[in-house]
Amino acid sequence: MTTSTEPYILNIGPQHPSTHGVFRLRVVMDGEKIKDLDMIVGYLHRSMEKLAEERTFTQNIPFTDRADYLAAMTGNLGLAIAVERLAGVEVPERAEYLRVIFSELQRIASHAMANGTLISDAGAWQTPLLYMFREREKILDLFEMTCGARLTTNYMRIGGVAFDPPVEFWPALQELVDELPDRIDEYHELLVSNEVFLARTRGVGVISPEDAINASLTGPALRGSGIPWDLRKADPYSVYDRMEFDVVVGRSGDVYDRFMVRMSELYQSVKIIKQAMSQIPAGAHKTDIPLALRPDEGEIYSRIESPRGEIGFFLVSDGGPSPYRFHIRAPSLINLSLLHELGRDAALSDAIVTLGSLDIVVGEIDR
Amino acid sequence: MSENTRSATPMSRQIAEHHSLLDRTLALPRPILVMLSVLLVGFAMSQIAIGYLVISGQLDGKWYDIRDLGNAMISLDGVIQNSEMDSRIASTLAYLIPTLAGATGIVSIVGGWLLIGPWVERRLIAKFQIRQGPNRTGPFGLLQTLADALKLMQKEIIIPSGADRFLYFVPPVAVFIPAILGWAPIPWSPKMSYADLDVGVLFVIAISSLGVLAVFMAGWASNNHYSLLGAMRTIAMMISYEIPISVSLLAVVLLTGSTKLSEIVLWQSEHGVWLVMLIPFAALAFLFASTAEINRTPNDIGEAESEIVAGFYTEYSGMKAGLFMGVELANAILVGALMSTFFLGGYTMFGLETWIPGYLILATKIGLVYFLFVWIRATLPRFRLDQLMGFAWKFLIPVSIALMFLTAIESSILVRWDVPNFLSLGLIGLVNITSAAGLTFVWLRVLFRDTDLSTPPAPILTREMGGLQAAKVLRG
Repeated sequence: MTTSTEPYILNIGPQHPSTHGVFRLRVVMDGEKIKDLDMIVGYLHRSMEKLAEERTFTQNIPFTDRADYLAAMTGNLGLAIAVERLAGVEVPERAEYLRVIFSELQRIASHAMANGTLISDAGAWQTPLLYMFREREKILDLFEMTCGARLTTNYMRIGGVAFDPPVEFWPALQELVDELPDRIDEYHELLVSNEVFLARTRGVGVISPEDAINASLTGPALRGSGIPWDLRKADPYSVYDRMEFDVVVGRSGDVYDRFMVRMSELYQSVKIIKQAMSQIPAGAHKTDIPLALRPDEGEIYSRIESPRGEIGFFLVSDGGPSPYRFHIRAPSLINLSLLHELGRDAALSDAIVTLGSLDIVVGEIDR
Repeated sequence: MSENTRSATPMSRQIAEHHSLLDRTLALPRPILVMLSVLLVGFAMSQIAIGYLVISGQLDGKWYDIRDLGNAMISLDGVIQNSEMDSRIASTLAYLIPTLAGATGIVSIVGGWLLIGPWVERRLIAKFQIRQGPNRTGPFGLLQTLADALKLMQKEIIIPSGADRFLYFVPPVAVFIPAILGWAPIPWSPKMSYADLDVGVLFVIAISSLGVLAVFMAGWASNNHYSLLGAMRTIAMMISYEIPISVSLLAVVLLTGSTKLSEIVLWQSEHGVWLVMLIPFAALAFLFASTAEINRTPNDIGEAESEIVAGFYTEYSGMKAGLFMGVELANAILVGALMSTFFLGGYTMFGLETWIPGYLILATKIGLVYFLFVWIRATLPRFRLDQLMGFAWKFLIPVSIALMFLTAIESSILVRWDVPNFLSLGLIGLVNITSAAGLTFVWLRVLFRDTDLSTPPAPILTREMGGLQAAKVLRG
């Protein structure tokens, strides 16, 4: 007996619990299997890159908060470094260390969020997510203490950082750094050997190293596939070349490896913060720059390692106070491009988990 | 830490300022504490008095013996029969009154649970998730469910275009039929059972498969692909998991020699043993298969939120969606009751039922099983559809059937030699536990012979950057 099946179209999103924002997947399904899928983006488009051409360089920093809204600090830092390189602005030593501390704190917060939502996508009814939030809350408290905002921090400035942290900041940071490794151990115990979680993630959404490079993946998605590539080591910016840390690399490139890379990077971030805390010198936190900074005519592409991968800023200056062209290389958008291949012929549940493991932020994809 | 660094979030402040119920009680003013202790002493005295009444046997069989509400019904029956009414009216009344009283009782158990259950579940899950849960509406947030229900009732019912209107309206009500009917044969006390059917086990199996119909209707009538997917998943799963449920109940019937639920409970109390100790695999299979039957994590793929939004009830809005959510809770305690009756000794508790009303013991057991469900829901991710199906067909069904044959041999020995004593039952328990563990081990080895089941190795740490070449070097 033969059964004939008829493919049908399923719209996942733009409002769906696991598309991580307003992002739409148009899936052609055959039963539970995905035959083909289209990714439709643009629901969160705010025309950032065009608007940026009308504003000064400093005024553009808040845009980077709202692009990758789960990692505002690294977005800020990326733009600040790009403009500094373009205009040749010197940054005080203390500011560099503060930048490292805050971007690593942001990395912990972002990875916690990414891994928590990944397990929620696998069906764990939010318990791991809320456990992860426990640490994220404390980090966001530190952000609030320093710059008054929790998500859209707008903290990094061209030539330094906006504020020196208050005196209460340092003991609170010390307390957090001391307890973090224990907390991460706790997650390892709870999650890493969970049979259901292993069954759902191992061997699912495998990206081969060749595919990862061809699709120009970056960040944990690339390192999960086994490629040792981290801009903090490969193309050091700020004072990362003075820090001792390891780059975490996965073995087989499946969802579980990407999860584990993020999980282990938490330890490395704690390590970096500890070193930066012990090395940080006293001094100014910011150089004075003219209110309307006018870099010389020219262009620059500058990149840093955001929690999601290589966030790059391409700036063209015509000598005026605002950029002639402002472009963000968004890691989420480029990491997402492989979902088309990964999702095809996968079960719907697997595609959802794979999407979760790529850790997209729709604000960054649409900009 | 100074005042400025106090955590800024309301949640962490709440956690920091939270005091337990005991702390708050001890902090009450002295007169109230004295009054409370007087009340406590009075309560203890009354308990002693009741204890005396129970020991002296003055209560047994009286209508005011609240250990078994069946006594009241029987004496009411006697009053009606002995009255000077027309015999036809008397017999009608004698039939109608207990029927209506029992039905009211069952419906109020389910209805009351729908009022309090969501609050219990949300609070419990909140505790698992290190947060507070609903605590704002009314004392301890107890009125939250009422507020939610009122809100849901005010909402507009949206009927999707292209929906089959009749089939669309039936399921939210129809899903409650099995959730209420299933309570009928459950004995709450020796004389307290709504319909102590001789074929109770068969009735339970038949009723539990009714729920599929409503789910199928909901999924089909909604004219939505998510609903259809959810319905198909649920149906496939329910049909698969009916079999392990039936097989494990067969093992129960084989040992106890009866399909009557009250006799299954009596058998356990007479032999001083719970069936979960004799046939643990059947009990676990029943528990796991039940989570699949009633759509709870880790088997809630029919309404997998992260995948198919709300599964078969995606298109339902307002109170209709609320009813679907409510029936899940109602089913959870029904399964708790069945689990307690079949495997955990029902209303008996090794003689404690002489002192404490049997229905309270059963309710406690239901609560414990329900707590287990909540625990699982708060802890585990969900399986994939093919993994669930594979688990049922490749593992649960063959192993249950093999162990059922073992149980059949044991029960025939028990009956033939007439030695159901402590020693032989202990031996059976030991044999069953070891054979279940051994069979599980061997069968899983056979099933997963090609799969790597070890915990995966930790990721590699490196300081050398590079591309494909470096990746090859790293992997060795």
